[in-house]
Parts: sequence; C-alpha cells; structure tokens
Amino acid sequence: MWKWLHPYANPEVSYHFTGRLLPWFSALAAILLSIGLVWALLFAPADYQQGDSFRIFYIHVPAASLSMGIYFGMAIAALCSLVWQLKLADASAAAMAPVGAVFTAIALLTGSAWGKPMWGTWWIWDARLTSELILLFLYLGVIALHSAFEDKNLAGKAAGILTLVGSINLPIIKYSVEWWNTLHQGSTVSKLGKPSMSLDMLWPFLFCFLGFAMLVAVIVCYRFRNEILARNSIRPWVRELVSARATHK
Amino acid sequence: MQFNSFSEFINMGGYGFYVWLSFGVSALLLVILLISSKADHQKIINNIAKQKQREDKLRQARELRKQQASSAQDEAEQATS
Repeated sequence: MWKWLHPYANPEVSYHFTGRLLPWFSALAAILLSIGLVWALLFAPADYQQGDSFRIFYIHVPAASLSMGIYFGMAIAALCSLVWQLKLADASAAAMAPVGAVFTAIALLTGSAWGKPMWGTWWIWDARLTSELILLFLYLGVIALHSAFEDKNLAGKAAGILTLVGSINLPIIKYSVEWWNTLHQGSTVSKLGKPSMSLDMLWPFLFCFLGFAMLVAVIVCYRFRNEILARNSIRPWVRELVSARATHK
Repeated sequence: MQFNSFSEFINMGGYGFYVWLSFGVSALLLVILLISSKADHQKIINNIAKQKQREDKLRQARELRKQQASSAQDEAEQATS
C-alpha cells in the first residue's frame, strides 16, 4: 500500500522532487502573502477594543501556530529516523529546526510588541509566554545537537531524542491558556465549531496563514536540499552535479 | 480602505511604533533566513568541489609515488643483475 513512497527514500529522487516543487511553493507564498498582508494592513477593519494594534495578529498568530506545527513535523521526522533509521528523515528534521526557531522568535517578538500597548508590559512570566520561550530553547538545543557531532547519524539520534522528549511541550503551549489563569487571550480562530471572529477579519488571516505556511515550505525545501547534498557528498550523482555547478575551480 | 491618508496609515491609530516594529522585525528575520538558506546551496557545492579537488590531488600524488617506487625498484634489480 505504501510502496509508492519508497522511491522518495532515495536522496537523489527527493533532491530533484523538492527542486521541482520549489517554484510552485515560491509562487504560492508570494501571491498569498502579498494579498494577505495588504488586506491585513489596509483593508481589514480595526478591532473595536484594540484599534489598529490588532493588525499584529496577522503575523503573530500564523507565526505562533506554525512554530508549533513545524515542531510537530520535526517530531514525526525524528520518530521515523529513530524507529526506521531513515537518513532522509534526519535531514528533514535538521532542515526544519532553524525555520521553526525563527518562527518561534517572531511569535515571541511580535507578541511582545503587541503586549506592550495592550497589557502594559513587554514580557510577563505567564504560562503561554513561558512555554513558547521553552519551545525556542528546544529548537536551539536541537540545532546545537545537529551541529555538535561530526557523525551525522549520531547527531540525528541525539537531536531526535531531544525533539521527542520536548514534544511534551506542545500540548502545554496549546492548552496553557485553559489550564492556567493567564494574561494571554484564548483562541479565536481555531476554536472547534465556529471561529469567534468576523469574516472580514478572518479572510485576510487565512491568506496570511497559508502564505506563511508556503514560505515555510519554501525555506524547508531549500534547507532540505542543502542537507541532502552535504550528507551525500561522496555519491557519484552529487559529484556530477557539483562539477557542473561549482563556481570556482 | 481603512485609512484616509498615508500619514494616518503610518500612524496606525497611535499604535504605529508597535505595528511597524512587529512587521519590520518579522520581515527582517524571514528575509535573512530565506537568503541564507538559498546562499548555503552554492557554498555547499563549492565545498564539495574543493573536497573533490583535494582528493584528486592526493590520488595523483599516491600514483606518482607508486610509479617512482616501482621504477626505483626496477633500477635496483637491473643493477644487481
């Protein structure tokens, strides 16, 4: 049933496959983000309580949910690599970690810049904020482990174990606003059933969210291809590709 | 359109600093990440090319040494015979 997946475990096939996907992801990211951001900044109505500071939402929420989504993807890759010893799963986990770290940093920074005018403080040791900060440290730990060992298999194993142990943080972030009494507001978009948001605010959000998700796909593809090349440097197909593309002799 | 003039748009109802700080920092981080991820590709290719050159040189040196050794041996055998 899963046989069609097998060729993608071959690094050469995956390298060329992601290369073919890249222009599509790039075009989608550019289109969705330009529509979404212009809509969010110029046309979406201001919030009746928060005024125009609410426009930070259009970066903050996609970045925060993608920071968790990327971690989830990385945890699945880590599991595949630890259980089935798929080398490409390690490469994809290594490719995702820096992207997740940047999105976590964006979620924290934009949250801070939103918290200052709305809550009166840049930072507070509240459950949601603290657990998101721990997510950033988990990403940094994973990145450090991937680069700490000369042997990439060993590095992947160490980083994979940290990733899986750290995944306990995901439900903590998600439910922190319900489990603890926090300053951070509850979810408005992903509530089961109906989102409690008016449609002229929700539509630009969906464009921004999908646009950022496509941007993640673009950057992860670039980094995944880099990881494949670096990890297969002695293979004949990489050698051929290199002699065609190297800029200086 | 929610704003009547460009200065009103920049001002963001008094929240301009926070809104533009958020959008600016996010754009900066994402652009840096995107460009560095893209630029790494060529860097890795050049590194592998260098590694290949080094290996070729080592192989050539090894073959040269082997040739010299065998020719020296031949001379030595001729001298004794």
